[in-house]
Amino acid sequence: MGTPQQYPATGDAALDIGGKAQRARHVGERANWMRRRLLGMIVAAGQGHPGGDLSATDIVAALYFDILRFDPTAPLAPSRDRFILSKGHCTGALYTALAGAGFFPEADLDTYLQPGSRLNGHPNRTYLPGVETNTGPLGHGLPVGVGIAVAGQIDNADYRVFVLTGDGELQEGSMWEAAMFAGHRGLGNLTVIVDRNRLQQGARTEDTNSLEPLGGKWASFGWQVVEVDGHDHAALLAAFDDACAPRNQPRVIIANTIKGKGVSFMENQAGWHHGVPNPEQYQQALAELEAEIHA
Amino acid sequence: MSASAPSSGLFDCRDAYVRAVEELAIADDRIVAVVNDSVGSSKLGKFRDRFPHRLVNVGIAEQNMVGIGAGLANGGKIPFVSGASCFLTARAMEQIKVDCAYSNSNVKLCGISSGVAYGELGATHHSIEDVAWLRAIDNLTVIVPSDPWETAAAIKAAAEMDGPVFIRISRMPVPQIARAEGASFAIGKAEVLRVGNDLAIIANGTLLHQAVAAAQDLAAEGISARVVNMATVSPLDAEAIAACAATGAIVTAEEGLASGGLGGAVAELCARHHPVPMRMLGFPGFLPTGSAAWLMDRFGLNANGIAAAARELVGR
Repeated sequence: MGTPQQYPATGDAALDIGGKAQRARHVGERANWMRRRLLGMIVAAGQGHPGGDLSATDIVAALYFDILRFDPTAPLAPSRDRFILSKGHCTGALYTALAGAGFFPEADLDTYLQPGSRLNGHPNRTYLPGVETNTGPLGHGLPVGVGIAVAGQIDNADYRVFVLTGDGELQEGSMWEAAMFAGHRGLGNLTVIVDRNRLQQGARTEDTNSLEPLGGKWASFGWQVVEVDGHDHAALLAAFDDACAPRNQPRVIIANTIKGKGVSFMENQAGWHHGVPNPEQYQQALAELEAEIHA
Repeated sequence: MSASAPSSGLFDCRDAYVRAVEELAIADDRIVAVVNDSVGSSKLGKFRDRFPHRLVNVGIAEQNMVGIGAGLANGGKIPFVSGASCFLTARAMEQIKVDCAYSNSNVKLCGISSGVAYGELGATHHSIEDVAWLRAIDNLTVIVPSDPWETAAAIKAAAEMDGPVFIRISRMPVPQIARAEGASFAIGKAEVLRVGNDLAIIANGTLLHQAVAAAQDLAAEGISARVVNMATVSPLDAEAIAACAATGAIVTAEEGLASGGLGGAVAELCARHHPVPMRMLGFPGFLPTGSAAWLMDRFGLNANGIAAAARELVGR
């Protein structure tokens, strides 16, 4: 890791007056809120992808509540940092972050997956502010993110592009087409975060179509590779701060995560890729997450 | 009139396409070109020399090319994403659907050397399904220009419009269609090239000049054919089709599949609102090897074939 770099604060980052520990605590509080809120949404909707939502929550929280520069009242401002949820099924994490960051009223979260809701099972930019591109089929977010980064490179623009991908998603060939080109172009404004929870829908990634050596693959495509604990808020922030320093290579942060993180009975269980907690399980999940606040 | 007839008055629409893109790029620095190792086949060499930083060559990777196009649009650019139509459409179909159409991205997809332009290379390189596939996608404008003038006009109209557009650009030699002084192009608006009341011929792309020639032949026999240029296949000009149906019979002709494309679109609309006898001229499916001109003649996609279908329809 290089020296963490400070950025002009916008939104919640303005609260960063006490340095790294305070920033990490703030992200942790928002992540805990996101977890409780998204589980409630899934319970109310009767469907969802809790496993992947919970593995990605800390990463998404660190981005929306500290790193990204945006104005939720001007979601298409040309200078905004871009975040793309390439693993588009993890809308519980995305929508709670967008609502928490002020892109739309928090009450809208209660419409999740309801008939006619703007809060689709997969995000739609044409009717939900803050969404950059529609995702859902895997393998789409990185090429689009690379295109935005190329536009920024042509314009010598200041904005940064972050793409969150699942690990199983890296079995899609289009991701590597995009990775190859990003390396070729030296896209220093692009950061990919791999949500490395090691489980895909049906089984372990390594038992299905193995990804390892994952860091070596990215490095050989011309990327800087960093590995972090994807649930350690201070480590995530340090990795993002460092990723924002000037560079002439794209960077990948391999975030080692736990599918279902934060809810004991969901952790590392492929069965919770889809799934809805029953009332008892939901109460247990909330109790565990609330206990974490007071820990 | 044979598609193979050599003539000094024939043009390659790619030339009009690159000229139009270059003119747009001079006036507007948001214009960029995205290609899949197809600088040469898209004739973008001069564009690259003039605007080296605005030519994004992703290599042989069509899914990535279309996704990058959507990303460039997100970054404020107006990308002209150009590649052989067979690869651009089939290989990147989901990117066209999701990243461009469903996301409402301001991407201009240019399917080069469409139809059977690559005749001898076989069915892998024929792009006769593209219009049928793409017109099934919501929020995607599909334009099939007929000649250099219309190609340039379509490119400029696409750049002015905010939203995804597919433009099919032939390399098959075509004449410039004779038009009235002051003729103009508008997306979604059909062009009446000839009035007539025994039947209507609806065509576009490389078949349009054949339709005009067929109507001339038919007129000599006393059959009065209305000729309509349906350059925009999606959204379809329903009013123009109603006027065609009012003649009592319709022949469609296109350099593509006989079903699912222009003919299919017209037939769907007529079946619902103005059922009339129709003949839909196009290719039946995977085609044998042969030059583009040979394939067009072999499957009756020429003035004679159109005229024969017209006679059959009007019972003469």
